[in-house]
Amino acid sequence: MSAPNPLSDAQLAANFADIAPPLTHDAALLEANQCLFCHDAPCTIACPTHIDVPAFIKKIATGNLRGSARVILEANPFGHSCARACPVEVLCEGACVLNDRDEQPIKIALLQRHATDYVLERKLRLFQPGPSTGKRIAVVGAGPAGLACARDLRRFGHAVTVFDAKPQPGGLNTYGIAEYKLKTDVALAEVQDILDLGVELKSGVTIDSLEPLLAKYDAVFVGVGLGSTKRLGIPGEDLPGVIDALTFIEHLKTHPYRDTAVGRNVVVIGAGNTAIDAVTQAKRLGAAAATIVYRRGEADMSAYHYEYELAKRDGCGFRFNAAPLRILGNGAVDGLEVRTATGTERIPCDMVIVAIGQGSPALTWPKDHPKVFVGGDCANGGAEIVNAAADGVQAAARIHEMLTVRDGR
Amino acid sequence: MADLRTSFAGIESPNPFWLASGPPTNTYGQVAKAFDQGWGGAVWKTIGEPIINVFSRYGSVDLGQNRMMGFNNIELISDRPIAENLKEIAEVKRNYPKHACVASLMVESKQKAWHEMVKQTEDTGADGIELNFGCPHGMSERGMGSAVGQVPDYTCQIVEWVKEVATIPVIVKLTPNVTDITYIARAAVKGGADALSLINTINSIVGVDLTTFEPQPSVAGKSSHGGYCGPAVKPIALHLVSAVAGDPSVKIPISGIGGIASWRDAAEFIALGAGTLQVCTAVMHYGFRIVEDLIDGLSNWMDERGHRSLADFQGRALPRVAKWEDLDLNYHLLAHIDQDKCIKCELCWTACEDGAHQAIRRLPRDNGGPVVEIIEEACVGCNLCAAVCPVQDCITMRQVPNAYPAVSWKEYAAGKGKLAPRSEHFHTATWTKSR
Repeated sequence: MSAPNPLSDAQLAANFADIAPPLTHDAALLEANQCLFCHDAPCTIACPTHIDVPAFIKKIATGNLRGSARVILEANPFGHSCARACPVEVLCEGACVLNDRDEQPIKIALLQRHATDYVLERKLRLFQPGPSTGKRIAVVGAGPAGLACARDLRRFGHAVTVFDAKPQPGGLNTYGIAEYKLKTDVALAEVQDILDLGVELKSGVTIDSLEPLLAKYDAVFVGVGLGSTKRLGIPGEDLPGVIDALTFIEHLKTHPYRDTAVGRNVVVIGAGNTAIDAVTQAKRLGAAAATIVYRRGEADMSAYHYEYELAKRDGCGFRFNAAPLRILGNGAVDGLEVRTATGTERIPCDMVIVAIGQGSPALTWPKDHPKVFVGGDCANGGAEIVNAAADGVQAAARIHEMLTVRDGR
Repeated sequence: MADLRTSFAGIESPNPFWLASGPPTNTYGQVAKAFDQGWGGAVWKTIGEPIINVFSRYGSVDLGQNRMMGFNNIELISDRPIAENLKEIAEVKRNYPKHACVASLMVESKQKAWHEMVKQTEDTGADGIELNFGCPHGMSERGMGSAVGQVPDYTCQIVEWVKEVATIPVIVKLTPNVTDITYIARAAVKGGADALSLINTINSIVGVDLTTFEPQPSVAGKSSHGGYCGPAVKPIALHLVSAVAGDPSVKIPISGIGGIASWRDAAEFIALGAGTLQVCTAVMHYGFRIVEDLIDGLSNWMDERGHRSLADFQGRALPRVAKWEDLDLNYHLLAHIDQDKCIKCELCWTACEDGAHQAIRRLPRDNGGPVVEIIEEACVGCNLCAAVCPVQDCITMRQVPNAYPAVSWKEYAAGKGKLAPRSEHFHTATWTKSR
């Protein structure tokens, strides 16, 4: 468990390289020119932020990359990270009409990355804060929901202060997305773009109650995400070598790769998308074996099909219908006892990663307070970056409407 | 197996595919290689007093990722000595006696100069002479090329001079840069031309560099209009070939030129009256090897259709080229959408709604059924929806039979015949500006 990582730096870097490398200029043009430019396009409908996908793709085809990025980021302040981490197979690309022509869909995510990389690399400022309204809004949580809300509130001209418990802003974008999908520097650059609109950020501040904020601000947006990973509630859970998935991934994303401890024989308990992120990254860190153990069957997995396929391609194992009973070990993990259809069985392992979902957030908020708005994981129970961004954008519009309509402006 | 042999104004060739006069026919090496790969003939790059070219010469118009959808050039005629060109033509004829080798000529507009040039050319054993009255750039500033081909009297005069000494067939190559090409064609016939070839290139500027504002192709910061060709010009060439072929006072063979890149293009030119085909841009793009499918595709199509020789279908489309006033007003069409094939892109709707006749209705996407349907009482059968539909055979145009006899505008305006009841364009477009 504590042995030095067997992989070279070069091998580790290759293992965590972008799973979907960027398109070359020529490949992007070729792809953009395949788009049919649908009217009332299903891809746009499928996107929670309703990015005008045909419009941004057409602009790539004409060489108007700045305009293309603006179409994307106007609708979705997290267009950079969504281009890398969105489950497009079940959203825009899954809705592409070319699927019905028995063809591959347009590579919307890669085209979106092509356009947004253009402005990110050149540090082009696409948006400006609106003229000051004198209104002040507190945003709790600097994840995609909170910062999407903050971005649009600044564009409306409101003053925004964002509170976040972590040292770095970005929420799960910074700390929780699989490294091979989204790198921390991209996540932070995207966040910086928003902060540069004049958002005040108070990092390392845990908000325990909304009361002081409600007294001081004209509105409060709550985008705190969910709580920490749920506990299994079985013996052995506190043994060294047992870690929850979010802590494991956060460590990986905030340290040089080899500084994150990984077992030789890793078991991941759970079968959601976070469990997949954990098992694939354990494998990519150098685990000789990394296996998902799930109490129910293959068809019951909540992970997306393409994530399941990715884990299989990475050489990860799957044990279905195996309910964890106890984590075994004397001072350190050396196995997991599970109940199967035929009885109990011991699965040998030297590391257990728990990924059975997150609990509720510690913060509570009044449900029907006119000045309180909520969005992201803490409102929807845990979804994608794009859902959080959509929530934040919609909340900003509602807050703006409330503040301006109420004042009769 | 279809017989592709041609006899064009007395010039024999194993197939109708000739290289047009241009960069691919500059040397013995190119023409000999082309013949070995299957080309039936070649019109040598225009010979005259050697010129000096500029370095930047060609410009491309790309469509999406498709290169050279249109193409232009500001290259002049051959920059090689006349004697060298003639020597190589003679060598080609010695080594390829069954292939057509035609010399393209352009000299200053003096009787003696033309007589001299024609006699020298005949000494090579060339099968014919093509008079380049078409190049629109450069040479025209010196009173040659299209400067001759744009004036019927000049055209007639020089053809007469050439015919005074020529004993081999004389082909006159026509420029499209005129108001009515048939006037020039008739002038060539009057001067004694044995055949015509068309079209030469179209005056053009292919683009402007938006950083430097240099028109393309740029020569040290400036450009000159050049000759446009390639697939983009085919429809223009087809029209002009049909106009000349359909002119009752032009009864000489026509060699079709302009954007020919496939056997389908070739068959269309022949159907509109062409006897041979000349190809340049497609060879400049992909090389001589394209002739294999030109021959193979045309042969297979002819076999399938039962055409044993080119004569079997040459000109077959010509009687169908009519004046608008003779078209049948009682021929009605209706667009039909195959909903099983529809992929729900709604391109037909947006095209019809914004760009045509508001004859398609949108249905809600969320009900799982069709998203577009034809408003039959409003559809005027214009073809636009079928043209924009990205799915093969999803939208088809179907005839709506009626009991009324055909009636043309000419007849109808003269009080003869009756119009069948027809769907009408209701002009239903409405728009309320959104907040």
